[in-house]
Amino acid sequence: MAGGMKTKTVRGRNYWVYIVLRYALLLIVALIFIFPLIFMLVSSLKPDLQLLRDSGSLRAFVPYGDISFDNYLAAFRRVPLARFMFNSVFVTAVTLAFTLVLCSLAGFAFGILKWPGKNIVLAVIVATLIIPFDTISVPLLLIVNELPMIGREGFKMGWLDTYHVQIVPFIADAFTIFLFTQYFRDLPREIIEAARIDGASWLQIYRRVIVPISGPVFATAAILKFLAMYNQYLWPLMTSQKEEFRPVMVGVQYFFQLNVAWGEIMAYLSFITIPVLVFYLFLQRAFIESIASSGVKG
Amino acid sequence: MKRLMALVVVFVSFGMVSAQTELSLWYHGAGNQVERDILVGIIDDFNASQSDWQVVLEEFPQQAYNESIVAAALSGTLPDIIDVDGPVMPNWAWSGYMQPLNLSEASLEGFLPGAIGMWDGEVYSVGLWDAAVAMFARRSVLEANNIRIPSLEEPWSFEEFDAALETLQATGEFDYALDLGMAWTGEWYPYAFSPLLQSFGGDLIDRSSYATAEGFLNGEEAVAFGNWWQSLFDRGLVPGTSQDGADRDTGFIDGKYALQWNGNWAALAALEAFGDELLFLPAPDFGNGSTIGAASWQFGVSANSEHADGANAFIEFALQDKYLAAFTEGIGLIPATASAAAMTENYSEGGPLEVFFELSEAQALIRPPTPGYVVMALVFEKALADIANGADVQDTLDAAVDEINADIENNSGYGF
Repeated sequence: MAGGMKTKTVRGRNYWVYIVLRYALLLIVALIFIFPLIFMLVSSLKPDLQLLRDSGSLRAFVPYGDISFDNYLAAFRRVPLARFMFNSVFVTAVTLAFTLVLCSLAGFAFGILKWPGKNIVLAVIVATLIIPFDTISVPLLLIVNELPMIGREGFKMGWLDTYHVQIVPFIADAFTIFLFTQYFRDLPREIIEAARIDGASWLQIYRRVIVPISGPVFATAAILKFLAMYNQYLWPLMTSQKEEFRPVMVGVQYFFQLNVAWGEIMAYLSFITIPVLVFYLFLQRAFIESIASSGVKG
Repeated sequence: MKRLMALVVVFVSFGMVSAQTELSLWYHGAGNQVERDILVGIIDDFNASQSDWQVVLEEFPQQAYNESIVAAALSGTLPDIIDVDGPVMPNWAWSGYMQPLNLSEASLEGFLPGAIGMWDGEVYSVGLWDAAVAMFARRSVLEANNIRIPSLEEPWSFEEFDAALETLQATGEFDYALDLGMAWTGEWYPYAFSPLLQSFGGDLIDRSSYATAEGFLNGEEAVAFGNWWQSLFDRGLVPGTSQDGADRDTGFIDGKYALQWNGNWAALAALEAFGDELLFLPAPDFGNGSTIGAASWQFGVSANSEHADGANAFIEFALQDKYLAAFTEGIGLIPATASAAAMTENYSEGGPLEVFFELSEAQALIRPPTPGYVVMALVFEKALADIANGADVQDTLDAAVDEINADIENNSGYGF
C-alpha cells in the first residue's frame, strides 16, 4: 500500500515536470515566432529615434517612453492605404476564387479520372515549379502588353494598368494543381465508384462528393495562394504604372526615402498584416488538419 | 446677352483646356509628401502658364522606380518626361530610353556640373539639385585632441587624417573613430567611397576610353587604397559591414563615433543635435586632391516621347531659381545654382549648410558617365565589402577588374 502510494507520488512529480518542461518549450518556440510581431507592433508606436536606439536591446519589445499612434496617422497620410488595401484584397480574393475552382478541377482530372497521357501532362505541369517567376516575368510582360482588352477607354491593346493583368496569369499554378491531385488520389475509390453506380456524372461527383470531403486541402490551397498573392511585388510593380492599381506590398517602398521612416513602416506593416492573420485564423483548423493528414508544408 | 457671353467664355475656356496636349511625367518620389507638393506646384504653374501642354504626374517609390522604367521601356509605354538618377542616365541613354534635351543655352548657365547629365557629348538630363558628402565632426572633439580643423583650401593630408583617426580611437571615448556608413549598402558605396579611391590616384575605370578598368581599379594606387581601406577595419577604427543601420542613423549624434562620413541630407539632424559645434569638413587629400561624388536625380525626356518639345518646355520651366530654392528648402538638398542658393536659408552666404554648396562646386567628380557604370557600381560595392572583411586586396581588385571588363566586352564597349 505504502509502496503503491510512493509510486503514485513519483509519477505525479514526473508528470508535472514533464508538463512544465513541455509548456516551457512550447512557450519558447511561441515567443520565437511571435517576437517579430511584437517588435513590429511595439515599434509602430515609437518615434524613430527611440525605435532605433531600442532596436539593439530587449527594450525594443517594451512599449514605453513617447508612445503614440502618430506613426499610423503619418503612414496613412503618406500612402493611399485604403486604395492599396482594396487592390490587394480584391486581386487576391478573385484570384483565389478562380484558383480553387480551376486547380481543383485540374486536380480532379489528374487524381481521379483516367485518360491517356495524364501522367506525362502532370509531370510537365509539375516541372514548371522549378522555373522561378522572375525568369518568365519579362516574356510575360511582353505577352500581356500585346493582348487586347475592352476597358473604360474602349478597345485597346495591352493589359497594363488593369486588375486582370494581376489576376489571370496566377489563376492556374502547378503547386496548387499538384496539391489537389495528391489529395484526391488518396481519397477512397469506393465513394467515387458508388456515385458512378448511382449514375452521377463526373462533374456531379466533383461537386457533390469530392468537394464536400476535401475541406482541408481547399483550406491549405487557399492559405498558400492567399499568401502568395497578397505578397505579390514584382509583377504588380511591372504592370501597374498608375498608382490606382498598386497593391500594399509596393506601398512599403513609399517609406524608403533619404531618411527612412522606420516607425511609419512598422505601422504600415502592422496594418497590412491584419488581413493575413484574419485569413489564417479563419482557416487555421482545416489547414493544420491538412498538414497533419498529408504532411504538406507551406 | 450676358448669358450668351458667359456661355462663350465657358466654351472658349473649355476649348483652351481641352486643346492642351497631355505630357506624362514619372517621378521617383512617391511617399515624400514635401517633395510631391513642390513638384505639383511646379506642374500647376507650368500648366497654367501656357495653353499647349498639360503635365500629368505619376509617382513611383524610389526603390522600385528603375525597375518600373525598365518594364515600361520593354513594353513601349515610357512617359514623356522621366526623372533619372545621374549615374544611371548614361545607361538609359545608351539603352535607347532617353533622347538628348533641347534646352535654350541660357537655361543651364551657372548650374553645378554635377547637376548636368552628359552622354555622348550631349545633355540628356538636368537636375534641380545636387548632393554632397562631408566629414561630420565636432569642434570640441578635434580641439580637445589637438587635431587641426581642415579647410577647403587645406584639407587633411593622408598622414594627417590617418593619425587623427588613431588619436581619436585612442581616447577610448568612442566606439569607433570614424563611421563610414557601411550599413548603407547599394549606391552609397560607389557614391561615397569611389572618391576616396580617386584621391589615391585610382578609379573605377579608365576615363579616357571607358574601355577598361585594368590598371585603374587594380593598379598600384588602387591597391594602396585597398590596403588602407582594409587597415581601417583591421585596426578597429571604423565599424564593419555588419554595422547596424540604427547605429548609422544615430551613432554620431549619440556620441558613438568621433567622425562621420555622411551626406548633406543628414546635416540638419546633426545640426539640431550639436548646433554651432558641428563642422562639415572636406574630404581628405590622399595624394591626388580631395574629391567627393556628385549627381543626384535629374529630369530627362524619354526616347519615344511624341511631344519632346513640350517635355523640354516643362524641364526648362522647372529650372527657375525659385523652384530650385523651393526643393532645397523642402528636402534639404543643394540647389543647382548659386543664385538659387542665395534664396535659401541654409545654403545662402553664412548659412549653416553653405559649405556643402562650396564642396559641390570645388570637389565634385561625377561617377563615370558610362552605361557600364550600373555594373561597375555593384562590382565595386562587393569588392569593398570583401576587402573590409579581410579578402586579399590585389586578388579582389583583379577579380573586380575582370568582371567589369567582361561586362564592357559583352556589351561591345558600350558604344565607346
